[in-house]
Amino acid sequence: MTVATTSVTTSAATSATPARRRGRRAGGAAPYVYLAPAMTLVVLFLGLPIGYAVYLSFRAVRVSGLGLSRNARQEVWAGFGNYVRSLSDPDFLSSVGRVGLYGLLLVPTMLALLLDSERARARGFARLAIFLPYAIPAVIASLLWGFLYLPGVSPGAFLAERLGVTPPDVLSSGLVLFAIANIGLWGGVGFNMVVIFTALKAIPRELYEAARLDGCSEAAIAWRIKVPLVTPSLILTFLFSMIATLQVFAEPLTLRPLTNTISSTWSPLMKVYRDAFTRDDVYSAAATSVVIALATFALSFGFLRLVQRRAFSQETG
Amino acid sequence: MAAATRAPAPSGTRPPTTPTCAAPSRSTRRRQGGGMGTLVLLIGAAYCLLPVLWVLTASTKSPEELFSTFTFAPSTHLWDNITSLSAIRGGLFWRWMLNTAVYAVGGALLSVVVSGMAGYGLAKFTFTGKALTFNVILAGVLVPGVVLAIPQYLLFAQVGLTNTYWAVLLPSIISPYGIYLARIYAAASVPDDVIEAARTDGAPEWRIFVSIATPMMLPGLFTVFLFQFVAIWNNFMLPYIMLGDDRLFPVTVGLSGLLNQGASQPALYTAVVTGALLSILPLIVLFLTLQRFWHVDLTSGAVKG
Repeated sequence: MTVATTSVTTSAATSATPARRRGRRAGGAAPYVYLAPAMTLVVLFLGLPIGYAVYLSFRAVRVSGLGLSRNARQEVWAGFGNYVRSLSDPDFLSSVGRVGLYGLLLVPTMLALLLDSERARARGFARLAIFLPYAIPAVIASLLWGFLYLPGVSPGAFLAERLGVTPPDVLSSGLVLFAIANIGLWGGVGFNMVVIFTALKAIPRELYEAARLDGCSEAAIAWRIKVPLVTPSLILTFLFSMIATLQVFAEPLTLRPLTNTISSTWSPLMKVYRDAFTRDDVYSAAATSVVIALATFALSFGFLRLVQRRAFSQETG
Repeated sequence: MAAATRAPAPSGTRPPTTPTCAAPSRSTRRRQGGGMGTLVLLIGAAYCLLPVLWVLTASTKSPEELFSTFTFAPSTHLWDNITSLSAIRGGLFWRWMLNTAVYAVGGALLSVVVSGMAGYGLAKFTFTGKALTFNVILAGVLVPGVVLAIPQYLLFAQVGLTNTYWAVLLPSIISPYGIYLARIYAAASVPDDVIEAARTDGAPEWRIFVSIATPMMLPGLFTVFLFQFVAIWNNFMLPYIMLGDDRLFPVTVGLSGLLNQGASQPALYTAVVTGALLSILPLIVLFLTLQRFWHVDLTSGAVKG
């Protein structure tokens, strides 16, 4: 899939540009048949749920009287009421704040640059090892790290005990954010590294030769040639990391049984889940879902627009 | 993105195979420097391997040893742990494993069929509504899947499909990103001339797709399969919301539930750890054996663009 992420723009463009040949229209109804299953599924499992969520987000239940008679619970239009409540809910705001950027980008960049450097040894082994976490689902990763955080299991605590120092409790309220960020970092490092590494592999080696002949040091080559040339991939991994971060759900949920420092509204999606299933307030859950989706869109588009000029200016120039 | 397509360098031109005048000096430089880089790489590798090493040793520990012996000290109770895990509710764990295989393999296979057809249709035909169709799919790539889980649950509840295999399988089939990839692969790997020739010979459209286009797209479709397989295996929220009956759980939801019970029955912790190991073993084997494919795919894909 990394192939695709790196070659997406150009090939999508080329497939559309060739002059339309007469023979191409010979398909008749065929293209519609090919697309029918996909579009049916898109409508049923993407379009309909989105529409339904938006609809629900503008609805609310009004209870009249004591709520005992049959028609006492009525669904009514709520306007932007759910949105106002959702956006002003301190639980939601703090959950968004908590789920800040994990810095999922810096480490993979460094590792990918090193993997590409001819000077470092053990590159094959390192590549395999760093890619391995990608094979492990977030829940299992959280489970493994969750145990490793427990004082009875942690190697750090074991050593600290031998040295007579009191180890910090990783799952305490002050550190639990970093504990969860670490799981995200661990799970994301392999994928991000492969994306960047693939882009690095595609840079013609002659560029490095020329730079070396000009007396460029390895560090300068990394910084002045490799980093600028893989900028599009860096942007992509950054974007993916941000979107993944907004949707953190499995990690904190899995860690909850091991600590009491993670509330039921720790991340935005956990709040959506609690509203919908514990509080039975589907409407406010739908409003929060829509807010998260819009934020994701805004992030993707805004960020891409912001960096596009810089990132792709090399293509024409 | 641009870099990948701009570089048509075949993989054979990498330095070791092409002797240039710079080669000798480079090898001496490699011997001198690189110590720091190697160290950082090894630390990175150790960090990534740490939890995997731990689960390997921890699953051999007895419940008493789990929280008392040194983190990476192995023990001899692996078989006991597997039998006690298998004994939970008459082998429920193995049922979870089977369910996961059904969801991930079945969902990914269906997804490949749907994506392959759609991608081929988009890449090789011009028709009314093509731009609109593709834009809808592109928008779908950006929709965060987890946000859909709750409205999907409510809609499935209205038609009585929650708490069934279909509740997890059906939403897993559609993959806008898979369609996007399939379109690229179809455009790159199926030449128009071949389709023209087949049409001239009077081959029906479905035959061209099944016997000519599909084999050509196969490497790309394999990537679509892998991608969707991992995506379904990793999707926790959908089965967590959709399923109430623990006999339908995939292994991730099942183990998460087992961990919850561990708070009252600490003996379950070893079962959870052993289960975690057993559930990632097939994935690790798959990734290690496919590593070659990943690599080949990466370089050749970049060349083909």
